[in-house]
Amino acid sequence: MSGFSFASQLIYVLAASCFVLGLHLMNNPASARRGNQFSTAGMVIAIATTLALIAHAGVITATGWTVMLVGALIGGGVGLYAARTVQMTAMPQLVSMFNAVGGGAAALVAIHDYIRVASAVVGPAESTTITTLLDVIIGSVTFSGSIIAAGKLQGVITSAPVTFPGARVVNLVLAAFGLAASGYVLATPSLAGLWIVVVASLVFGVLMVMPIGGADMPVVISLLNAFTGTAVAMAGFVIGNWALIIAGALVGASGGILTKLMADAMNRSIGNIIVGGFGTGDTAAAVVAGAGADVRAITADDAGIQLAYAGKVIIVPGYGLAAAQAQHEVAELADVLESHGVDVSYAIHPVAGRMPGHMNVLLAEANVPYPQLKEMDDVNPEFARTDVALVIGANDVTNPAARRPGTAISGMPILDVDQAKSIIVIKRSMGHGYAGIDNELYSNPKTSMYFADAKTALSELTSAVKTLVG
Amino acid sequence: MSTALLTDLVIFVLSLWVGFEVISKVPATLHTPLMSAANSIHGIVLVGAMLIAATTNSWIGYVIAFLAAVFASANVVGGYVVTGRMLKMFRKRPTAPAAAPAQPASAQPAVARDGQSS
Repeated sequence: MSGFSFASQLIYVLAASCFVLGLHLMNNPASARRGNQFSTAGMVIAIATTLALIAHAGVITATGWTVMLVGALIGGGVGLYAARTVQMTAMPQLVSMFNAVGGGAAALVAIHDYIRVASAVVGPAESTTITTLLDVIIGSVTFSGSIIAAGKLQGVITSAPVTFPGARVVNLVLAAFGLAASGYVLATPSLAGLWIVVVASLVFGVLMVMPIGGADMPVVISLLNAFTGTAVAMAGFVIGNWALIIAGALVGASGGILTKLMADAMNRSIGNIIVGGFGTGDTAAAVVAGAGADVRAITADDAGIQLAYAGKVIIVPGYGLAAAQAQHEVAELADVLESHGVDVSYAIHPVAGRMPGHMNVLLAEANVPYPQLKEMDDVNPEFARTDVALVIGANDVTNPAARRPGTAISGMPILDVDQAKSIIVIKRSMGHGYAGIDNELYSNPKTSMYFADAKTALSELTSAVKTLVG
Repeated sequence: MSTALLTDLVIFVLSLWVGFEVISKVPATLHTPLMSAANSIHGIVLVGAMLIAATTNSWIGYVIAFLAAVFASANVVGGYVVTGRMLKMFRKRPTAPAAAPAQPASAQPAVARDGQSS
């Protein structure tokens, strides 16, 4: 190892340390921005080092420089535009697209490396070929799977689970085919074999995500995030670069933890989500009973009185709030209540949204200060001391049926909304949540239903409260 | 198994543990920015894309290098910008009567900053 490449490896480790430090600083909203700056600095250091290495080695052609710089400019421009213009509600799609391009780039690195060694006179060493193959497979699955996930989130592809007869068989055949091709590629260097692996992996990615329902997206995005990280780490093995290995492992760990958290919050195993099944529940079949059940409706004025004269209010936002783009309206209502001396906080279920922590970002965008955003375990003991729990567009995560065995959501951790002194539920209709079962909260005698679109309902509530206290 | 591969494996496994340790301390409030930050970090694959461009001299190599450079740089730039944009929105508002303890410095511009981020 020459002095120069020794130094550059050390600098790569420094960059990787910046990534670790950056992630560490994210343990608190107050220091998180600094964390992102550290991480950015690490990335700048790594890229600058690579440029220096390339210039020092001097084997790059003029075309090489052009390809690299033009590609980086185009990609950077697209990334910048997307990051600047994306709506916070569309964040899951964007994250999914970043997973796709990250995984795709990692796969391309391995494909190129394979082409290079396969064309050499001596066959590739087995150990590198294994990581190369893993990189190609994981990267390609992530690429196509993430694009499908983004399409589902964006509504371009139906968010309902898509299956067809014999899907399981096709998957098995595909996996067997891919494995056989991988084995062949390991034994004898073969470009054709590699392309078969690539195509099989791409198709597998599509087939993996298509059967997964929209409400399972928090798990899928987290899982694909873990895949991308692993693919990047494998790319690090392939090109022998520690920065890629460390960064990829960090992302793999992060995605893995989030996947586990999300799956736990839905009380489902990861395997169960991937195989599908439960997700098929949000179909027409589920909307039979319950529509005329024994519920009490309430008007904006009555709901306004309850809120205005409450001492403590907990708002329980669900995806319905985000879908109605009503996060600014809810923040306004909370402001009015607070200025009247009411103690307001928000109870956020881990899967309230389309990706981990999504609801927190939406409320932060609406200027809700983060100390008011409370996690499930912290807020649950507070419900018993709460005068009014205002549930907006959240369903299954408030259903007390989860505490009993024998229901579709049994064992799922829920918000103890039913322990509040009174409950107001804003909902468009008596329709079912994702689990397709009746919400027993709605027939609770303490509960009043306010049937309206979240945005309209919240504006009406705000003006009702204003006339009372104004 | 070569020494290089063994070293790489050790680094990989230890980094995984560091990742688990560090990331399990991130509060749920920040999970979306965390995932976005992780996203930008895996943009490090740009280094791999650059090295392809530096070593290749075949047309297929250039095509792969170009695609990889586009993908990876979109990942890096987009990831960091959007993470920064999100984190900027998380703030303690001192005017909140019951909740946060006062911190007057960041108080006033709260509304003004909202417009700039969209």
